[in-house]
Amino acid sequence: MATVERDPLTGTETTGHEWDGIKELNSPIPRWWVFTLWVCIVWGIGYVIVYPAWPSLSDYTRGFFGYSSRAELASELAQVKASRAGWLKRFEEASVVDVAKDNELLNYAMAGGRVIFADNCAPCHGSGGAGAKGYPVLADDDWLWGGTLEQVHETIRVGVRGTHDDTRDSSMPKFGVDEALDKAQIAAVADYVLALAGGSAGDAAAKEIYVEQCEGCHGEDGKGLHESGGPNLTDGIWLYGEGRDAVMAQINNPKHGVMPTWEGRLDGVSIKQVAIYVHSLGGGQ
Amino acid sequence: MSEATATVGAVPTPVAYDEDIVKKLFIATVFWGVIGFVAGLYIALQLAFPVLNLGLEWTTFGRLRPVHTSGVVFAFGGNALIATSLYVVQRTCRATLFGGRALAGFVFWGYQAVIVLAALGYVLGITQGKEYAEPEWYVDILLTVVWVAYLVVFAGTLFKRKEPHIYVANWFFLAFILTVAMLHVVNALAVPVSLTGAKSYVVWAGVQDALTQWWYGHNAVGFFLTAGFLGIMYYFIPKQANRPIYSYRLSIVHFWSLIFLYIWAGPHHLHYTALPDWAQTLGMVFSVVLWMPSWGGMVNGIMTLSGAWDKLRTDPVLRFLITSMAFYGMSTFEGPAMSIKAVNSLSHYTDWTIGHVHSGALGWVAFVSFGALYNLAPKLWKRERLYSMRLVTYHFWTATIGIVLYITSMWISGIMQGLMWRAYDSLGFLQYSFIETVEAMHPYYVIRSLGGVLFVVGSLIMVYNLWKTARGEIRSEDVYEEAPGTAPAGAGS
Amino acid sequence: MKHAVFETNVVILTVAILITVSIGGLVQLVPLYTMESTIEKVDGMRPYSPLELAGRNIYVREGCYLCHSQMIRPFRDEAERYGHYSLAAESMYDHPFQWGSKRTGPDLARVGGKYSNDLHAAHLIDPRSVVPESIMPGYPFLAENDLEFDDIAEHLKTLRVVGTPYSDDQVANAAADLKAQASGDEDEAEAVLTRYPKAAVGNFDGDLARITELDALIAYMQMLGRLVDFTTYQPEKDYR
Ligand code: HEC
Ligand code: HEC
Ligand code: HEC
Ligand code: HEM
Ligand code: HEM
Ligand SMILES: [Ca+2]
Ligand SMILES: [Ca+2]
Ligand SMILES: [Cu+2]
Repeated sequence: MATVERDPLTGTETTGHEWDGIKELNSPIPRWWVFTLWVCIVWGIGYVIVYPAWPSLSDYTRGFFGYSSRAELASELAQVKASRAGWLKRFEEASVVDVAKDNELLNYAMAGGRVIFADNCAPCHGSGGAGAKGYPVLADDDWLWGGTLEQVHETIRVGVRGTHDDTRDSSMPKFGVDEALDKAQIAAVADYVLALAGGSAGDAAAKEIYVEQCEGCHGEDGKGLHESGGPNLTDGIWLYGEGRDAVMAQINNPKHGVMPTWEGRLDGVSIKQVAIYVHSLGGGQ
Repeated sequence: MSEATATVGAVPTPVAYDEDIVKKLFIATVFWGVIGFVAGLYIALQLAFPVLNLGLEWTTFGRLRPVHTSGVVFAFGGNALIATSLYVVQRTCRATLFGGRALAGFVFWGYQAVIVLAALGYVLGITQGKEYAEPEWYVDILLTVVWVAYLVVFAGTLFKRKEPHIYVANWFFLAFILTVAMLHVVNALAVPVSLTGAKSYVVWAGVQDALTQWWYGHNAVGFFLTAGFLGIMYYFIPKQANRPIYSYRLSIVHFWSLIFLYIWAGPHHLHYTALPDWAQTLGMVFSVVLWMPSWGGMVNGIMTLSGAWDKLRTDPVLRFLITSMAFYGMSTFEGPAMSIKAVNSLSHYTDWTIGHVHSGALGWVAFVSFGALYNLAPKLWKRERLYSMRLVTYHFWTATIGIVLYITSMWISGIMQGLMWRAYDSLGFLQYSFIETVEAMHPYYVIRSLGGVLFVVGSLIMVYNLWKTARGEIRSEDVYEEAPGTAPAGAGS
Repeated sequence: MKHAVFETNVVILTVAILITVSIGGLVQLVPLYTMESTIEKVDGMRPYSPLELAGRNIYVREGCYLCHSQMIRPFRDEAERYGHYSLAAESMYDHPFQWGSKRTGPDLARVGGKYSNDLHAAHLIDPRSVVPESIMPGYPFLAENDLEFDDIAEHLKTLRVVGTPYSDDQVANAAADLKAQASGDEDEAEAVLTRYPKAAVGNFDGDLARITELDALIAYMQMLGRLVDFTTYQPEKDYR
């Protein structure tokens, strides 16, 4: 580069190289750029000194105040807990029924219960507890396992056919599949059940089968028994579908819905909250 | 082959450049581009209207999304990079391609085979399950071979160059090719279950796999979508503007700082995960420091226009190139901001990331490629100029409005999503269930799809224009009568 | 100008680039293997049972990770919504990891036990029949496709090559364990439970006659997040 070449438009020096007609100016690097870069570097050096950063093969630099994102969460959760200590303690110590009697706690329960329900229960029970085939409606007053607040709370805590040691569990026998009843008997007892639902007395022979086989779970009058989760067969609300075919299918080879156990997944306070929320949906007894 | 005459000092040297291969790659770029954009539009519509998943094995979102991401990044972007790098390296070295037509042809056909095998695999459910590295082991091996061949062609051409110095565009291309090779080989290491089956298990597991993956993934952004495309920028902006590149010194500083720092930034994809905090700190700090080195490219690109800003008014191709720089600047500002842990705690897992991706991908990667394609078409097909400058303008505005719809809707939905997830009511309970946040996204998914429609329409306008150009037609247009930037450059001499 | 050294020699430029781009990765990745605190010491982690593994491969195949994360971050809202933050130990046998980067759907790291098999089956076949507002694709074909597991033992062996500690016993019984876990019969599955504690045993898809892809996927869903025994876990030891 003997003589310095200049760009005629801006008057800036070029580097004197050219590639396929492209030249380069030798402009200085903009000062704001260099300045900002240095600011970032200095900040970065400060940051990696203060926070855990540099690894060796076996350990890493801890920084100045022992930062850890997990420790931060622990202290945040502890703080939240402390700020809630007042009502949380009352919540933990009181029974679910007493909680619901306390207006302030009730308020908390309803607010907390709504989202817990939507995130955990709505896929099965529908939003607002509207239910679905195989998943009971929670907004009506027809209960499998009982509709008092205590019973609802217990059902949620241990689940039905769930993983809890005390889970609610009773399984309707497979009368058809296990050949306890033959086809004609199933049809007869199904008609009997449908008659009960329709408000009439039903066939006497079929009644005999019913008393022998079904009464233990569904009750003398077919109105269901909460102890065994046997549904009320007289109210026209059907968990597994309406009509003769559905009833026969259930007697032949019954379905057994699973309600997950929530103890262990939700904490005790949350379970109380969601129980109160469910109880308030319309059918609480 | 074309006869071009380059002039250095007083000695004219005729060089027969291999432009045949560039033409093929050019066509592949446009072809895969349209397919990749349409796939993007389709999956955008699926999120707005889930029935479009069709309930078929081959058409669910989970299988089509990699078709889109690989389609745009590796098929469209990859072909654009190979096309331009092989074009630029010949011109700026005054040398034909090393290895001759055979080796270049192998690179071309090998790369297309990789794309087709990968995409077929995705639709059929063959995937390694690693983002941006989904192809299974046999495609990974083929890609490795093709990539080494590409490196040989490119570096070999640099080696036999007749120019004393290597042009800055080629530094970036070389860094891109070398680093992608390193990333790919390490990240893809896997043991197949059987040599006759597609399934393999990657050798890395859990947290180590996560960091290896994002060391790869972030630098796929850094070297594929950034360094490589900066190579394109460094040739096509000065060419199209017919101006010298702004600052040689800035080129040096930002090149080395960029490639050094990028590699460290991967952990910003793993903030607050089970990756240890020390690694997250490093990822955050290096990402923030990366801000200026990234902007060095933007400064060099935009300032190349100094003294000639008026060209933006008359040259829509230049407008594509310069707008791409603006989007590049925007996404490389947003990126460091999102790397800050406090910001990332909100943005991570949300549509904000998707907005960021597409301000980079649509605004920067696609726009700079469109600029290069428009610049190249008349030269490759030996036409006086493009068929229509007005259509370029139409493409520009349709695509720009599309991008604006896309990224603003994703910013809103992303930030909203992040805020809703962590919103508490006055009593201190979560305010929204997850499904309520899903519902809230719907309008934004519709707007995003609309943006996608515009972007696709724009690209179809381009296809039409390029097709006509290749056929040698010229549309008579008053406003853009002058073909800008196609004359041999000579600024400064 | 000194930079001319790099600009005029391809080999020097190449070597300089390679050195420059190697440093960051080495500093970050190597210690992740050598540092003991990287993976927490916990009770309960075990490799996937054959059926879970087959289900996980379907999860990967269908790209569920593109909508679902499996990584709960240490935040209050995530703790309340999804449970304890995820530990590195929980994905130690994951080839590849499936932490995900986008939550179009909820986190699944602890979905195991949250729903019944029936609900999963109904949801996977047609999500909107269960959650009307859902935008998740339906996967009806999973219930139709028989699970292919002739080579399941080969999968375990391959995983052994990449470091998963499957025992000879586990490899030898792979196919039998897979069938037993899907048999819906607790007694038949006893051996599975000794080899893979806490595995979910069941008739996952409601169809006992066949072992379908849906069986495998649900078996995988049902074990997610259930292995680590958090009653014995001391988080303070693993602040890192
Ligand atoms: C996987 C599906 C599923 C989920 C999730 C679920 N349930 Fe249930 N739930 C059921 C089924 C099935 C039954 C009926 C069990 C039976 O057959 O007795 C039931 C029964 C109940 C009952 C008893 C109804 C009665 O009539 O006695 C209550 C109360 C209840 N669920 C509340 C909840 C709450 C609260 C949640 C969330 C915390 C929840 N459920 C989540 C499936 C589910
Ligand atoms: C061991 C207890 C038990 C016995 C015995 C029993 N059931 Fe049931 N039954 C249940 C339970 C519990 C359910 C609820 C379904 C479930 O989740 O298992 C049920 C459900 C039903 C249903 C469906 C109700 C609905 O809402 O859809 C019908 C119909 C029915 N039983 C009829 C009968 C008849 C008829 C008999 C006798 C032949 C009988 N059950 C014997 C426990 C029993
Ligand atoms: C297009 C995005 C998308 C894809 C792909 C997807 N999901 Fe989902 N998923 C969702 C959304 C949105 C929800 C929340 C609404 C709902 O429950 O359906 C969800 C919910 C779920 C849930 C319930 C989680 C909970 O805690 O309530 C499970 C389990 C699930 N998905 C599993 C899967 C599996 C397995 C796959 C792959 C075979 C998959 N998903 C693919 C979007 C998706
Ligand atoms: C028509 C234009 C486009 C549309 C409509 C579109 C749409 C989409 C959609 C819907 C997603 C999935 C988002 C999600 O999972 O929530 C996506 C992801 C992605 N797209 Fe596009 N896209 C387009 C163009 C492009 C282009 C040109 C590129 C690159 C050059 C690109 C790169 C990506 C990448 C990298 C992802 C993955 C993002 C992530 O995982 O975070 N897209 N796109
Ligand atoms: C200085 C430059 C940049 C930095 C520091 C940066 C930083 C980031 C951060 C923090 C994320 C979010 C990670 C998460 O929370 O999951 C991200 C995602 C992403 N960025 Fe950038 N970004 C930069 C530039 C770019 C550019 C220019 C592009 C070009 C197209 C780009 C493409 C992407 C993609 C594709 C993702 C999504 C990855 C995924 O999750 O699948 N980035 N980036
Ligand atoms: Ca992603
Ligand atoms: Ca089955
Ligand atoms: Cu990144």
